[in-house]
Amino acid sequence: MSTAPLQQKNRRIAILFAVVALGMLGLGYAAVPLYQMFCSVTGFGGTTQRATQGDADLASRFARSAGGTDISVRFDANVERGMPWDFAPVQVKDTVTIGQRDMAIFTARNNSDRPITGTATFNVEPEQTGAYFNKVQCFCFTEQTLQPGQQVRMPVLYYIDPAILDDENAKDVEQITLSYTFHEAEDPTS
Amino acid sequence: MVTTADTFQAHTEEHHHEADHKPGFFARWFMSTNHKDIGTLYLIFAIFAGVVGGAISGIMRFELKEPGIQYLGWWVEFMGGEAGFDQTLHLWNVLITAHGLIMVFFMVMPAMIGGFANWFVPLMIGAPDMAFPRMNNVSFWLTFAGFISLMLSAFVPGGTGNGAGIGWTAYAPLSTSGSPGPSVDFAIFSLHLAGAGSIMGAINFITTIFNMRAPGMTLHKMPLFVWSVLVTAFLLLLALPVLAAAITMLLTDRNFGTTFFDPMGGGDPLLYQHLFWFFGHPEVYIMILPGFGMISQIIATFSRKPVFGYLGMAYAMVAIGLVGFVVWAHHMYTVGLSVNVKMYFTAATMVIAVPTGIKIFSWIATMWGGSLTFKSPMVWALGFIFLFTVGGVTGVVLANGGIDDNLHDTYYVVAHFHYVLSLGAVTALFAGFYYWFPKMSGRMHNEFLAHLHFWVFFIGVNLIFFPMHFLGMNGMPRRYPDYTPAFELWNSVATHGYEIMGASMVIFFINIGYSLVAGKKAPANYWGEGATTLEWTLSSPPPYHQFETLPVIDDGADSHRHGGGAAPAHA
Ligand code: HEM
Ligand SMILES: [Cu+2]
Repeated sequence: MSTAPLQQKNRRIAILFAVVALGMLGLGYAAVPLYQMFCSVTGFGGTTQRATQGDADLASRFARSAGGTDISVRFDANVERGMPWDFAPVQVKDTVTIGQRDMAIFTARNNSDRPITGTATFNVEPEQTGAYFNKVQCFCFTEQTLQPGQQVRMPVLYYIDPAILDDENAKDVEQITLSYTFHEAEDPTS
Repeated sequence: MVTTADTFQAHTEEHHHEADHKPGFFARWFMSTNHKDIGTLYLIFAIFAGVVGGAISGIMRFELKEPGIQYLGWWVEFMGGEAGFDQTLHLWNVLITAHGLIMVFFMVMPAMIGGFANWFVPLMIGAPDMAFPRMNNVSFWLTFAGFISLMLSAFVPGGTGNGAGIGWTAYAPLSTSGSPGPSVDFAIFSLHLAGAGSIMGAINFITTIFNMRAPGMTLHKMPLFVWSVLVTAFLLLLALPVLAAAITMLLTDRNFGTTFFDPMGGGDPLLYQHLFWFFGHPEVYIMILPGFGMISQIIATFSRKPVFGYLGMAYAMVAIGLVGFVVWAHHMYTVGLSVNVKMYFTAATMVIAVPTGIKIFSWIATMWGGSLTFKSPMVWALGFIFLFTVGGVTGVVLANGGIDDNLHDTYYVVAHFHYVLSLGAVTALFAGFYYWFPKMSGRMHNEFLAHLHFWVFFIGVNLIFFPMHFLGMNGMPRRYPDYTPAFELWNSVATHGYEIMGASMVIFFINIGYSLVAGKKAPANYWGEGATTLEWTLSSPPPYHQFETLPVIDDGADSHRHGGGAAPAHA
């Protein structure tokens, strides 16, 4: 036991625990990047994955050697409330072989009389398939700007990782829904 | 066994003694640095907030008595709004939000921690006051300012109508893009203020308990109430800053264009739920642990036996506190967690039932073979054990991820958390109130009225909340002012229960009024031999400054009598 007067000892404890409280506040904020990292690594909450051409080639070679299981993929397209765009998949449903590359096309049209830049958020259902849903190319990787009245076709090139067949919680899934929502970008970067 | 504390008793009748020198009215109550005065302020504040929160629940209960919307429109106009259909429904959201926030942050927490802990932790450990008396005062006024901020939020625009209609959980995006207008900012700011007050209070308690125990009062001799406050303070210290971070992010998302919880900017509204419940689950234990502590003191006193398994009781609370930080997602089973994650949170949640069970069994074991007297605090404490156990059992039901998919956001959940809070925590508060009221005021309350209060309250709250289990199992969702006629019977029973509960509160206030005016003078130890902690060695009320010479706690063989603590020489 130290002989420091009580006040001084009290102050030391108080400062120590004030630092602990500040540390917890910091951890609260640290949760933001940690959570994002966690989601993109694990596909938590249906976060889809990004893949390169090389990954895709590899996957399709695996798929061919495995004989090929089919799975159906549905496409869902939304715009944020009040955003004057039409946005829809050309084909609502598709059947693909697991591991095989496939392209889905969406159309978007700007119904207003001003140019509008949009960014799309996305996820898949059921959520446990997020880790296996790989996009090679997607209009959602960048912002999209549409001139007044302009209509464009937007492709997504994707495949489903054959590793899904080894996942207890995901291997029985027969249908995956890929969903996009366009939001108006507040300050477009381009 | 002699403690030097009792020397003060001799002095308390002498009017001009040092220890009783009090400052003038304004300085005493508005700039107070005395832990007992601040405790009294907190208790008065909590009772007032409880009346406000209780009145709001009355409006809700009467609206729910029949299907359809009966009274809400009238209230919208009464509060100066225009009673369109949407505004009317918005008021409902405002009411459930205000009710939840008031009861949690401005009733239960101020009463348990600000009130009873402020009053009795220094007394029970033989300290002259809290470690930082001035900070103690700041804590109170911050809490008070938080309450004012919440009240103000009801009168400014909050989106669809006046007031913050975001639920006490304030989920994004309803609390961000869903509620434009300053109201939600006021509500969030109110939590900042109350939270800052509570964190300062927590640091104050931790320092007081670590540094200011009387000689001989080791940690393992502290009364269980002090243990419960120590654990609670740590929970506050670790949980509240996370809430502060989360609601600050809400504020910046609302006002400064950040996108922490907005998918459009790469954020995720689910992150808010994780942060909120990381705070929220420990928070529910913050509201009940001091109650556990009080119940332990009371059961021991009226069994005239030390608490059974003192160390087990203390460390069960520590265990509850620790495990409480890793179970938060049991509030989020329906957001789309994977099976494995749900499995983990189910198992972890069930683990909490073990230390909780230890506590319940130890209370029962304390009574076993004790010489029981059924004074009012004891009757309330027994009521607590029963009601809290009912709430605990439904909690274990809800802990199952699979079952909760069905019951989440139904009245079953409402029944569950009211059994542990409005029936558990509040019953513990009344038990503590009748236990210590004469000590604080110097006047005995009326035992008959206290018993009557208990029975009427007990019948009333059970009638309110037990039928909610049925409603929830039948699928009645929570947070709506209307329902299909099929649910009418049990809703009207609940509303009648509210009337009975309301009547019991009248008895309570009559009892307080009666005792303050005409109550018998309370002796130092009015519960007799069973009451052995240090506060019973002081007069009732205790001198304005106590323990200027620290009491020395005897290292005697039975120092663990009655939940730990010192045994006074004379009883
Ligand atoms: C005995 C009187 C009480 C009555 C009649 C009552 C009634 C209600 C009602 C009708 C609701 C709204 C249910 C819904 O979401 O549709 C509610 C919610 C709630 N109550 Fe109580 N309550 C009482 C006491 C308490 C107490 C003492 C506490 C705190 C310790 C409390 C905490 C809460 C909380 C946290 C909510 C959730 C609020 C929300 O989800 O927005 N209640 N109560
Ligand atoms: Cu919980």
